[in-house]
Amino acid sequence: MLTIFYIFAVLSILGAFGVLFLKNPIHCALSLVGTFFCLGAIYVMLNAEFVAVIQVLIYAGAIMVLFLFVLMLLSSRDTEQLSNKWSVGKILAGVLSLGIFVQIAYLFTDKELQLGTKGEYPIEVVEEIGSIALIGRLLFTDYILSFEIIVILLLVAVIGAVVIAKRRFQ
Amino acid sequence: MIPIEHILLLSAVLFTVGVMGVMLRRNVIVIFMSIELMLNAVNLSFITFSRSLDSMTGVVFIFFIIVVAAAEAVVGLSIILSIFRTRKTLNIEEFNLLKW
Repeated sequence: MLTIFYIFAVLSILGAFGVLFLKNPIHCALSLVGTFFCLGAIYVMLNAEFVAVIQVLIYAGAIMVLFLFVLMLLSSRDTEQLSNKWSVGKILAGVLSLGIFVQIAYLFTDKELQLGTKGEYPIEVVEEIGSIALIGRLLFTDYILSFEIIVILLLVAVIGAVVIAKRRFQ
Repeated sequence: MIPIEHILLLSAVLFTVGVMGVMLRRNVIVIFMSIELMLNAVNLSFITFSRSLDSMTGVVFIFFIIVVAAAEAVVGLSIILSIFRTRKTLNIEEFNLLKW
């Protein structure tokens, strides 16, 4: 179990570095799809089957296909200049992101994080009801208002995308 | 069971790589992909905490985060599309109309 987790973790980090360092944006998108698949596998190991399924369907399926469509639609000829020389901006960016990493890692390795009050859904209860049934029940009871608002958000996003991307004829 | 520090460190690494992508890359679409990567890192830590604290709230949150990410990708890509029609480039340095 642990070995499989490490394999998927290393693969997902490699995919993320592919997004950072590959020159062609299409290669970046494909490497990001690999990262999303590995994260989906890790979600399965964490007993979140529903999230793993929507990760693969929506992220690796829908969103990345949208990215690839736009990339092929634009077919920009200007290849990005990833110069190897060190500039002040690059060093600053590296130092800044290293600082962010140290901050997050320091916060996450704090032992007190795991001392929070336990919720009411231990793994046995989730297995008994089924995680998808449980999520559906929560969505339509406790989180019904957020659910309705997110529906409006999706509708507005679809209409907004059509309006913005529409070609205007004079 | 997988120790939760390791999963959280994986999430921190993915988030940092996303931040570096936003700061170092010049292609708008690659910057967008880095933002998606950061959202995924946050999802991973949400689900880890949700499992280690026996709660389902994190999973419901991920549902909402994925919906918001999809909406953001759709609107952002259509904005990029309409900017590309006038500027004919994807380089973010050229989008400087609001810069002084």
